Amino acid sequence: MAPEYNMMEMMICVASRYLEDGKTVAVGTGAPCAAAMLSQKTQSPNLIILFEAGGISPMLPQMPISVGDSRTFFRAVMAAGMTEMMTTCCRGQVDYAFLGGAQIDKYGNINSTVVGDYYKPKVRFPGSGGANDFASFCWRTMIMTVHSKSRFVEKCEFVTSPGFLTGAGAREAAGLPEGGPYKIVTDLAVMGFDEKTRAMMIESLHPGVELDKVKAETGFELVVPKQVGRTAPPTEKELRILREEVDPLKLVIGRA
Amino acid sequence: MKVLDQGVNPIFMDPDPDKAREFFRKKPRAMVDKRMTEKEVVEKLIPDGCYLGIGGFGANRIPTAVVHEILRARRKNLGFLGHTSTHDFELLCAGKCFNRLDAAYIVGLEARGLSPNARRYMESGEVKVTEWTNYSLAARLRAAAEGVSFGIVRSMLGTDTFKMSGAKVIECPFTGKKFAAVPALWPDVAVIHVHEADMYGNAVFKGISIADMELARAAKHLIITAERLVTNFTIRSNPTATSIPFYLVDAVVEVPYGSYPGNMPYLYFSDEEHLAAWMKAEKDPKEFEKFLDHYIYSVSCFEEYLERCGGLKKLKELQKLETLVEK
Repeated sequence: MAPEYNMMEMMICVASRYLEDGKTVAVGTGAPCAAAMLSQKTQSPNLIILFEAGGISPMLPQMPISVGDSRTFFRAVMAAGMTEMMTTCCRGQVDYAFLGGAQIDKYGNINSTVVGDYYKPKVRFPGSGGANDFASFCWRTMIMTVHSKSRFVEKCEFVTSPGFLTGAGAREAAGLPEGGPYKIVTDLAVMGFDEKTRAMMIESLHPGVELDKVKAETGFELVVPKQVGRTAPPTEKELRILREEVDPLKLVIGRA
Repeated sequence: MKVLDQGVNPIFMDPDPDKAREFFRKKPRAMVDKRMTEKEVVEKLIPDGCYLGIGGFGANRIPTAVVHEILRARRKNLGFLGHTSTHDFELLCAGKCFNRLDAAYIVGLEARGLSPNARRYMESGEVKVTEWTNYSLAARLRAAAEGVSFGIVRSMLGTDTFKMSGAKVIECPFTGKKFAAVPALWPDVAVIHVHEADMYGNAVFKGISIADMELARAAKHLIITAERLVTNFTIRSNPTATSIPFYLVDAVVEVPYGSYPGNMPYLYFSDEEHLAAWMKAEKDPKEFEKFLDHYIYSVSCFEEYLERCGGLKKLKELQKLETLVEK
């Protein structure tokens, strides 16, 4: 019988599989950090985890609360600073970065700054932090988020961090280096981007989810290829390591 | 150099490097006793209207005692460097201390959520804001530390973060590629919490440096708060460890447990219960007033705040929670 799991566990397991061995990944707290830790303990033992405040390749004893707390440089190879970490991204040595936000649009742009008028916002969010930097410089941006119509919008009210901006060629025209969003992992599906138009494209549906459901929860028209795959569910091994070693206190997986 | 595009929001501080050099030319270099209390440093070095930067990372290695004193002194109209700020930002919003802000990360407390009161303050329209990113603000400080008028990054290009910044897109004279020029930023004053300092200001911090190396060298005035004072001989016995030399520093304040309720690497972890109590109290403005009165305004000094939060018993618990321990 297939093991039972919640949607947060599903998202973390799926995201962990995209992180290749021997590559570098910049993570924040929460689900992205769990995905990177899980990947290290399953398929990618030589995955290098980086934190923007300066922790380089720590042996994480448990989930950090802050990207600058003590855990982020526990038995690290270096306790550096933000400049060290960000210049590593700038010169092209960081492969993956994880982002989140209040809104994401069909070109993978992200809003984590404001909803409503900028000068008198309805909701003020934290802003870029290091997200815009990561989205500009890392080779592949990963996004983990809940799938809903209010979050997946035709156009972000404010583009905090660049995806493919207005589509094919726009990043290059703006002066950004090659890169951009790679995979979006939600509680319903995995999305990628059409190589020609750079518009968001459905890649695989999670077990038990139908295409209509994903379309209904997306505020714009997704590109649908001829063949839509099925996401492989979390394996028993992934779930065991996630629950026993990565997040035993259920700080993240308990949130589903 | 051709300017191709520019952000619409204000640059709060003059990026002229020669004016900065004129200031630093006159800054005293004498190695003298700079010990002060947190009350004295706010009185002497953090006047109303000045532009303030705070070291550390929001709730990690932050100079809480001085920030509390800024609130108690009812400082207003400050400019603030909203760079990786979390609990420090929450505090300054509680006192409505600033009215102009360079924002990279504000309002949030990372995995803990968003501060309801900081949101109310930022949504009121009372604060002039200019957007940046963590790296571009670090680059502004680095340019200041280097004595040049701007730094060059590829951050922000093509986004609304750029539009709402004070940066300019320029064309590289060598490659023709586009870059964002970001103006040097010399804060009037910065406060950085460290593990050890001598009375002259030679300071040692351990663990990640975040943007403190840049901030210490960009700020016109620098206040160091230290977990403990050490002798000058201790500093000279291991000069490799020194992060900040004395001639950058204007004042030294000894504050044991000074990063509380934040994390201090190698010493104590953050007090998550107390940080959660802040967020909870902030939901109701009336309740929050009482909370602030209890923890800040009716408190005479930082030691008394520590007592109200559980004192030595609590601090010992936080020492046990800290994962990094020195051999």
